Amino acid sequence: MQELLNYQNLLLQGAWLTVQVALLSLLLAITLGLLGALAKISHSPVLRFIATSYTTIIRGIPDLILMLLIFFGGQILINKLCYSLNETINEYFTGYDANHEWYAYLPDYIDISPYVAGIMTIGFIFGAYMAETFRGAILSVEKGQIEAATAYGMSKSKIFFRVTFPQMMRHALPGIGNNWLVLLKTTALVSIIGLQDIVKIAGDASGSTQQPFTFYLAVAFVFLFFTAISSAFLKRLETKYSISTR
Amino acid sequence: MDFSIIITEYQFYLTGLWTTTWLVALSLFLGLCIAIPAGILRSSDHKIIRLPIWAFMYFFRGSPLLVQLFLIYYGTAQFEWLRESWLWEYFQEAWFCALLAFTLNTGAYTAEIVRGVIAAMPKGELEAAKAYGMSKWKTLRRITLPNSLRRALPVYSNEVIFMIHGSAVAGIVTIVDITGAARVVNARYYAPFEAYFSAAILYMCLTFSVIYLFKRWERRYQVEQ
Repeated sequence: MQELLNYQNLLLQGAWLTVQVALLSLLLAITLGLLGALAKISHSPVLRFIATSYTTIIRGIPDLILMLLIFFGGQILINKLCYSLNETINEYFTGYDANHEWYAYLPDYIDISPYVAGIMTIGFIFGAYMAETFRGAILSVEKGQIEAATAYGMSKSKIFFRVTFPQMMRHALPGIGNNWLVLLKTTALVSIIGLQDIVKIAGDASGSTQQPFTFYLAVAFVFLFFTAISSAFLKRLETKYSISTR
Repeated sequence: MDFSIIITEYQFYLTGLWTTTWLVALSLFLGLCIAIPAGILRSSDHKIIRLPIWAFMYFFRGSPLLVQLFLIYYGTAQFEWLRESWLWEYFQEAWFCALLAFTLNTGAYTAEIVRGVIAAMPKGELEAAKAYGMSKWKTLRRITLPNSLRRALPVYSNEVIFMIHGSAVAGIVTIVDITGAARVVNARYYAPFEAYFSAAILYMCLTFSVIYLFKRWERRYQVEQ
C-alpha cells in the first residue's frame, strides 16, 4: 500500500494521459464516424465504396496490430516516401543545373510520436464503429422532417446541422456510449508503443518495487472507476435527450 | 517494400496462426463453461451467490484485457506462497496465463449475453410446450435452445471476433501467436510494415471466416417470415 502512495503522483499523471488519449480519440472517432456515415448513405458509389471498405477492413484487424502498423510501419513508410520525393525533386533540378547541390526539400526524418500514433489509431478504429452507429441514427430520422426543411429552402448543410443532427443524436447516444466504454479500455494498448500512460507507469513501478500485483490491480480499479463514471454520465445524458419523446 | 522475407519466414506465421486459433478456441470453450452457470446464477435470489458473480462480471468487463493479462502473468510473481506451490509450474508459463486471462474475460462477457437471453425468454412458448405435454428435456431441445440461440448467436459472434482481436495482446507476453510472429520477424529484419501488414491480413482472414461461419449457423435458426 505504501508503495502505491509513493507512486501516487506518477500514477495520477498516467491516468490523466489515459483520459487525454481517450477523449481526443473520441473526438477523432466521432468526426470520422459522421463523415463515414454520410458517405455510406450518399448517392455517390465511390464514396459509398470507400466508406464500406473502411468499416469492413477495420473490423477485420485487431487494434493492437493496427497500432503497431501505424506507429512502426507508418513511420518507415512516410520517411521512405519523403526520401524518394526528395530524390525526384533533386534529380529534376540537377537536370537543369549540373552543379545543383542535394537539398532536403521535404523533411528527411519525421518522427511520429506515440501520442499522435495512439490517438490516430484509436480514433481511426472507432471511427469505423461510430460510422455504423451514426448511419443507423441518421436513417431513423423521419423523412418528413427533411422534406419540410427542404421546403423551407434550407441548404443541405443547414438541414444536416439544424434538423438531422439534433434528432439523430438521441438514437446515436446508446451506441456512442457503448463505443466509448470499449474505446476507454483500448487506450491501455498505447503503453505498448511506449506512451507513459497509467499501464506503462504501473509496469515501471512494479519493476522497481517488486509488487506487480498491487500496481496492476490499482490500474484495473482506475479503469473500473472511469467506466463507472462514464456509465452514470451516459445514463443521465440519455434521460436528458429522451425528455421530449416521453 | 520487400515481402519476400514474409515468404521465407512463413513458418513463423503458420505457428502463430495455429497458436492464435487454439488459444482463442480453448478460451472460448472454457469461457462458455463459466458463462452458462454464471449467467444463470447472476439473477439468483440469494445475495451470497449473486454478489460475487456480479463482482466477477463487473471486474472483467470493466477493465482492459491487457491489464488483466499483466495482472496474471506479472502480478502472480509477487506472492511467495504461490511461487513455492505446485501451481507455479503453470503460472510461470505465458500460455497458461494468457489462457486464464482470456477465459475469465470472455466468460464474463458471455455470462452477460446468457443473462440477457434468459431475461428475454418468452414465457408463453414454454407454457405452450408444457400444455402440449412435452417433457422438460424435449422443451429444452425444441423450444428453449433454438429460441435462445437465435437471439444469442449474433451477439456471441461479436464476442468471438472481439476475442480474436483481443488475443493479439498474447504476443506481448512472449507467446508466438500471429502478433508474436510479426514481432519476431520485425526484430530479425527490421521490416515493421511488411511484418505487421502480413499479420493484419492473417487476422482479417480469420475474422471473416468466423463471420461467414456464424452467418451460416444463424441461418439455421432463422424464422420463416
